[in-house]
Amino acid sequence: MLDRDEDILKAAEDWQKAGRGVALATVVETWGSAPRPAGSSLVINDQGTFLGSVSGGCVEGAVVTEAMDVIESGKPKMLEFGVADETAWNVGLSCGGTIRVFVEKVG
Amino acid sequence: MKLAILHELNAERAARRPAILVTDTESGEQRLVKAADFPKDPLRAELDKQLRMGKSASVEAGGKKLFLNVYAPTAKLVIVGAVHISQALAPLARSLGYDVTVVDPRTAFASPERFPDIPLVAEWPDTALPPLNVDAYTAFVAVTHDPKIDDPALLHAFERNCFYIGALGSRKTHAKRGDRLRAQGAKDSDIARIHAPIGLAIGAVSPSEIAVSIMAEITAVLRLPPKEKEEAA
Repeated sequence: MLDRDEDILKAAEDWQKAGRGVALATVVETWGSAPRPAGSSLVINDQGTFLGSVSGGCVEGAVVTEAMDVIESGKPKMLEFGVADETAWNVGLSCGGTIRVFVEKVG
Repeated sequence: MKLAILHELNAERAARRPAILVTDTESGEQRLVKAADFPKDPLRAELDKQLRMGKSASVEAGGKKLFLNVYAPTAKLVIVGAVHISQALAPLARSLGYDVTVVDPRTAFASPERFPDIPLVAEWPDTALPPLNVDAYTAFVAVTHDPKIDDPALLHAFERNCFYIGALGSRKTHAKRGDRLRAQGAKDSDIARIHAPIGLAIGAVSPSEIAVSIMAEITAVLRLPPKEKEEAA
């Protein structure tokens, strides 16, 4: 009730109707101090444009890349992000939490 | 998500009707359950609970991992009476996430100086209320102490099935109000829906404290399951 996000689902519908490939990424589980609650979502189109947020900026880049695959294959994916490992080049959450993000194609 | 489901979900959201999208996160299978269909759904207990809390969550049911994504409309608060209490109530309600509107035909009360940044309608309830689309996701409070303003406002709130209706005034004032509203066609069950005296009994004295007690009561009605709600009241 508190969220006053941009209208992500409306954008998903509009982009799809305009002929774009579209994917929706949704936080489905969180552990520890996660930046955004379950239900937060991100809509991505095949041009790489996205709206919304699943982590407040930490992992959106990786989600967008995975979303391109999902738009291509049509198969949903479950992604998991944990603490950022600065020695490896992995993206992660600096806040120490873990989130699971479900990515699905729209249409 | 299938386009048909997305379209249906957006239509429910635009109509301010709650719905929950149930996703099997392994197979990707989805179904949309509208709030009106909760009672006949096998997941009704989970659906009811998550909607009441306004919280999306993963659950396990029948050996499947399901994600329940809750789409609840933003709650509204309509305050009839641009009085001192309302000056504290409006910003408090807004900080709790409500869309707030203040209605009072008395322009000296409903002035932007007294309510910076709060939408104000300086009209009588008969004119002011219909365009506000008061609905089941609206909390409605009448705090003018003036029957000419409060009574027609309350009659409107009864028709629109607001989840919370509160009115300022002592038990004695409220008894008289009940008589007047009945004379104008209100049912006993309508009168019984009014929370009066308004707010939880926390010994509130100042306008700000009364505002806290009103928002606490509205929160209880919004969030508690029906049984605990009776106990809190």
